[in-house]
Amino acid sequence: MRRRDFLESVAAGTLTFFFTTPLGSAPIIPTRPGAYPEDFNAYLKIAADGRVTCMVGKVELGQGAMTVLAMLVAEELELDPAKVDMVLGDTDLCPWDMPTGGSLTMWHTAPVLRGAAAEARAVLLRMASRAMGAPVSDLVLKDGAIWMKSAPTRRTTFGELVQGRKLERHLGKVKPKPLADCTVIGRRVPRKDALAKVTGAAKYAGDLRLPGTLHACILRPPAQGQTLVSADTSAAERVPGVRIVRDGSLLAVLHPQPDTARKALALVKGTFEGPEPDVDDARIYQYLVDKAAPGQRVVISRGDVAVGEKRAATVVEAEYRNAYESHATLEPHVSVAQWEGGRMTVWSSTQSPFVFRDAVAEALKLPGDKVHVIAQFVGGGFGGKLAGPDAVEAARIARQVPGVPIQVAWNREEDFFLDGYRPAAVVKLRSGLDAGRGAITFWDSTVAGVSQGEAELAYEMQTSRYQAPTVSSLHPLKVGAWRAPNAHTNAFARESQLDALAAKAGLDPVTLRRRLITDARLLNLLDLAVETFGWEPAPGPTGRGIGLACGAWRQGLVVAIAQVSVDKATGAVKTERFLEAVDVGLVVNPDGARQQVEGAITQCIGQALSEEIRFKGGRILDKNFDTYLLPRFSAIPRIQVVFADTGTSVTQGIGEPPVVPVAAALANAVFDATGARVTHVPFTPKRVLEALKQVPAK
Amino acid sequence: MKATVSFVLNGKPVTVESPRDRMLVWALRDELGLTGTKVGCEAGLCGACTVLVDGEAMPSCSTALGEVAGKSVLTIEGLAVEGKLNPVQEAFKEHHAFQCGYCTSGMIMAAWAFLKKKPKATRSEIVEAMEGNLCRCGAHVRILDAVESAGKAMGGAR
Repeated sequence: MRRRDFLESVAAGTLTFFFTTPLGSAPIIPTRPGAYPEDFNAYLKIAADGRVTCMVGKVELGQGAMTVLAMLVAEELELDPAKVDMVLGDTDLCPWDMPTGGSLTMWHTAPVLRGAAAEARAVLLRMASRAMGAPVSDLVLKDGAIWMKSAPTRRTTFGELVQGRKLERHLGKVKPKPLADCTVIGRRVPRKDALAKVTGAAKYAGDLRLPGTLHACILRPPAQGQTLVSADTSAAERVPGVRIVRDGSLLAVLHPQPDTARKALALVKGTFEGPEPDVDDARIYQYLVDKAAPGQRVVISRGDVAVGEKRAATVVEAEYRNAYESHATLEPHVSVAQWEGGRMTVWSSTQSPFVFRDAVAEALKLPGDKVHVIAQFVGGGFGGKLAGPDAVEAARIARQVPGVPIQVAWNREEDFFLDGYRPAAVVKLRSGLDAGRGAITFWDSTVAGVSQGEAELAYEMQTSRYQAPTVSSLHPLKVGAWRAPNAHTNAFARESQLDALAAKAGLDPVTLRRRLITDARLLNLLDLAVETFGWEPAPGPTGRGIGLACGAWRQGLVVAIAQVSVDKATGAVKTERFLEAVDVGLVVNPDGARQQVEGAITQCIGQALSEEIRFKGGRILDKNFDTYLLPRFSAIPRIQVVFADTGTSVTQGIGEPPVVPVAAALANAVFDATGARVTHVPFTPKRVLEALKQVPAK
Repeated sequence: MKATVSFVLNGKPVTVESPRDRMLVWALRDELGLTGTKVGCEAGLCGACTVLVDGEAMPSCSTALGEVAGKSVLTIEGLAVEGKLNPVQEAFKEHHAFQCGYCTSGMIMAAWAFLKKKPKATRSEIVEAMEGNLCRCGAHVRILDAVESAGKAMGGAR
């Protein structure tokens, strides 16, 4: 049961007495996964000195969870967010939560936390009322104390009221403060992690210096999917201080110094076995199409596309592709594990402490309560740190050397090799406009490599059909969730296709979208984007190099406008300007939200223009940042971010939405600049040159 | 092949017993306990491990201990003086010029090395100076803003 449901299901009548019990060390664990605790004490603790601690199972990836969650608590308890101590991602101390991903923190967790804080506020007020002999209506919270309005010198502090004990009180339906009364929400708040991060004091999992730590370097196969058969460790064992640990096909070289462990690993000779797929980064697209074909099924169908096609006056058929892309977090995967007293403690760079806990427990055949995962500051996630293979490796090794902390820190080559990539994909589209150029008569989409997630947007389509494969293990390489999974692949295809239809019909791309959009929020957002940017309607290609795209992640909407210049001799694309208009409902932390949008635009300039995993069979050819190209400072455009003012009190998450339309806006801008339609992400200089060759001479 | 290597670290003399070809970053993090300097690529490609050696920004993952013998090494931990942040740190904090923070130490060190020589730098000169440092979260615009404003605070107003 969700907290909101719980609050609503409790009888409205309130109890009139309060009691407290000593605050034990036992954490409040929900009875089943997926259930948020009903007791607000699971989230909030008020110490004897009045200091408020907030415990949440999310983690700080850089996205600002630590700050925005503290803001919600501070809002209800009338505190400075700096006065709320955050404990994040500790599976012993924090209530169970979903992974930190999918833009779920503000969508799922925030209402629960705010509800808990609102209830705590109401309980504190009632306790104060009794203690001070004043009606609640005469009391006000400020700076960690409760004051009497009628006697402004009389007050009692949170610490005095609670006396370090647990609040044994529940009040049923407690509404959070109305938006009009909020003083923290919507304000620029200093990031709580700022000082630690600018001084180097912030601790990441690899920064733990537990006494006696051994660094473990693991022998890797040359190709994904292969396993170790045998190994000659004799040369490595001659290195002073080296210790070899084997657990099945896992072989690790241990040493007190990380660099010595790595050098000793290079002395180990292993033989591996396992089939390698006969495919590479050039042939992957046909591979996916062929493999997906037998399992293709219709997942969405509206009307008869064959009938719709007959009504079309302008038809465009195209195939859109994207390559495998790495998460390439600047901090590679790292975990430290220690087996002591029958319990495994794991300090990890993780987006999912509870998933890591369960993965370690399963791998070691331990009950879940014998594993304790503690998230540290995480050096980037983007979907790449959801599963915990590094934690399992560290724990398997640590299980064999009781008491010794074992650090497994992947190096960059391992991080590229072992990452679960954004899946390569192919989207085939056929669609058409009617003679009046105001309606899509048919839209026929078939994907391979991803699902049809977020393929549809609020556009009027007379008939449509979406097909996706049922084959589960389609990919020859390991794939995973990459920020806004499926959505950005599908938006790239959809928004490129709309742009192509508009151009073929001689229509301004904004005008076409205005005719098609069926949702008032999206239409308003389109207007906001176009006005802010200064869009001048004209059918493309205009030569100005301006492109637009729309996208959605759940209820979060984005309109992106890109301006590029294209070097027709080299094929290089330079992003000059990028605007996003974003509607994610209530923006709790405006600066934090802005950072997420700026970051998404910047990151996806790399996605669109340069990032691609090259491979042959199971061998990953990209091993470092010399060939795998992240955007550097010279690639960064002028960035503008505007938020729709919607007046709603509902908050969508913002990690995913701003990612969705970036590549499409850039591709449409390349078309507007040159008349060349780039359909393959990333559109590297080589691919742009190929597209330029297809442009008919005037 | 253990050797004794002495250098000045954040203003204080230190001596480490380590092979001269050991990379500086490991000595900093493992022997000397200064973990603010991060390891990102071990190939001088990302800048996360940037420190100053006699005032020059260097990737400590690719700088051998022997190269810094007798020299002065400055890390992120040595920037603030008696709790007062360095102007670059202050600007990064004010501009929220980071997200995950993993590149931040290296960014700040690279910016400090550059601004000391050229506080009146233009935006494009700052871009060029920071080009060797990678940020994956996409804090670039704020980092440039922060470096620009730190330059002004250091008396380099244009």
